[in-house]
Amino acid sequence: MIEGLLLGLAAAVTPFNLMMVVMGCVIGTLIGMLPGLGPMSIIAIMIPIAISIGDPASALILLSGVYYGAIFGGSTSSILLNAPGVAGTVATSFDGYPMARKGMAGKALTIAAVASFAGGTIGTILLMIFAPALSSVALLFHSAEYFALMVVGLSAIAAFAGTGQVGKALMMTILGLMMGTVGEGALSNMPRFTFGIMELQSGFSFITLAMAMFALPEALFLVMNPGRAATGAGGKITNLRISRAEARTIAPVIGRQSIQGFFIGVLPGAGATIASFLGYAVERNLAKGKEQEEFGHGSIKGLAAPESANNAACSGSFVPLLTLGIPGSGTTAILLGALLALSVTPGPRLMIDEPDVFWAVIISMYIGNLVLLMLNLPLIPYIAKILTIPRQYLIPFILFFTLMGSYIGQNNPTELLILVGFGVIAAILRFADYPLAPLLIGFILGTMMEDNFARAMQLYRGFDFIIERPMTLALLVLAAILVVLPSYRARRARLRAAGVADGD
Amino acid sequence: MALDRWIALAFIALCCVYGYAAFFTMDDSLPPILRRNPIWPSTFPKILTVAGIIVGMMVLFAPKAVKPAAATADKADGKMDITRLREYQLIPALALVVLMLGYAMALRPLGFLGSTTLFLMLGAMILGERKLYILIPVSALSAWSIWYLVQEVLGIFLRPWPAFMA
Repeated sequence: MIEGLLLGLAAAVTPFNLMMVVMGCVIGTLIGMLPGLGPMSIIAIMIPIAISIGDPASALILLSGVYYGAIFGGSTSSILLNAPGVAGTVATSFDGYPMARKGMAGKALTIAAVASFAGGTIGTILLMIFAPALSSVALLFHSAEYFALMVVGLSAIAAFAGTGQVGKALMMTILGLMMGTVGEGALSNMPRFTFGIMELQSGFSFITLAMAMFALPEALFLVMNPGRAATGAGGKITNLRISRAEARTIAPVIGRQSIQGFFIGVLPGAGATIASFLGYAVERNLAKGKEQEEFGHGSIKGLAAPESANNAACSGSFVPLLTLGIPGSGTTAILLGALLALSVTPGPRLMIDEPDVFWAVIISMYIGNLVLLMLNLPLIPYIAKILTIPRQYLIPFILFFTLMGSYIGQNNPTELLILVGFGVIAAILRFADYPLAPLLIGFILGTMMEDNFARAMQLYRGFDFIIERPMTLALLVLAAILVVLPSYRARRARLRAAGVADGD
Repeated sequence: MALDRWIALAFIALCCVYGYAAFFTMDDSLPPILRRNPIWPSTFPKILTVAGIIVGMMVLFAPKAVKPAAATADKADGKMDITRLREYQLIPALALVVLMLGYAMALRPLGFLGSTTLFLMLGAMILGERKLYILIPVSALSAWSIWYLVQEVLGIFLRPWPAFMA
């Protein structure tokens, strides 16, 4: 591990890569603060730029810096405006905004920055410990297990989608998988489902799809619902200091939530949003008496908990991506797409074939956290000025960057028509409460899943691999349980709501 | 019928089209030697079709879910809500969609600089900005600086002028 760290240090601490970290954090913070642009949209917009850098380590360093920055920027707008830019920071606004209204905005921002820093750093340390262990296990995996593992990942994403959402999430996953089969397959170079349209020969472009699923509907929603982009970050932000007693109060919270957040982040489909809500709920239950009553009215514990949890979860979500090559969230799915475009295949071989990429990313996470802390604490009052840009200027730019993301490098206007078309469909799906991240993850995993499936089928001359490999069978059973369990629980909840006794 | 069930129905229809292609038309062009393979290009799509139709039916016929009150209150503001459709400003949103389509079609004939300037200007005007003396310089300058950044700094080709000029 020490060797790896040194290798990573050597790769990450070059002037160019350090610049990338700083740039990523600044861009991420600036854009993440804008309501309506989450880390997914920002990373999607940044992909063409990252790809044009050419060096996979630098590109990934830039993108993970953007990711961290976006989460942090989101918490800033949650605290100052009660307008979370990112779902993962909704829980931050529960206590952060009341604190800001009491005139303690500076203190709230400091606590958020410190908690984020601690969460991110602890998460990265855990990532460093667990990723190599997991990837050495993953090396034993066969294509049959990989296929089964992807099925587990996809069903877990559906299973964590929430009550009454499992069916919808599954539907979106399958739609994503179907879209992944359009174009020439790797299996035989036969074009499939192109319906004779030339543009579909090479399949849908991943960036176009990512933009259409996230950035465009969010921007349109911002237009439709002007109240969401409430501007006017009035008032000076002063008094950034926290007292020793306060530091002592939040230290155990940060410690607990960093670890819990990390492990939630590792689970596919859970990620920063669930980690932050759960972290908030757990801390509220652990707090006693007067402290518990303060939650929701500006408790420092209630602010520190989601902030450290969501940052730790971000590090956690890198574990399945880097070790198995399976993204657990929309954001890591986009990162996976970027990596593939840079001809790096994440997975257990990554650590052996390209250890410098792997370790450089880990080192850059430390640096990124440090940069965020140093950069943001003194600069926050100035950065927050971006929230005062009038929306009639802001929104056209957001739309323009969305379009550019899929136009740059391809110079193909047809791509833009596909983007707008899918964007409108995505907005309709959002209205009907369908989750869109599963679609994108399914789309990305689809090709890989089919390849592994095909390999397993060829080796065992048919479906026998499911029975002959106990590990595969176990994973597939797990996937089935993951899907069935929530619907069983939903059924019980329905029966209970209808006044029918439970049985036992 | 609620919107989500209509979407499920549309999804099932899509599965049928997709499945028809997978089951009946795709294998015709498969060379005989590949037919001896245990896996055909159509195998995976066939599995997807079956799974898709089952899941689509599940969503279509699912009983109305019991919404936990807390969850809806939490997200009320950050979520698109069909029941509040009337409160939303749909016309500017639709106008922007049309503008984006126009932009896509204008990019080649008008060139990047011209069409981007127009896009940013018209976009702001749809959203209610009327001060042309600010609007024109801001959009022209941003279009030029983005072009400069992409073409000169990053080295990605972007055609700046209309097609007939370069």
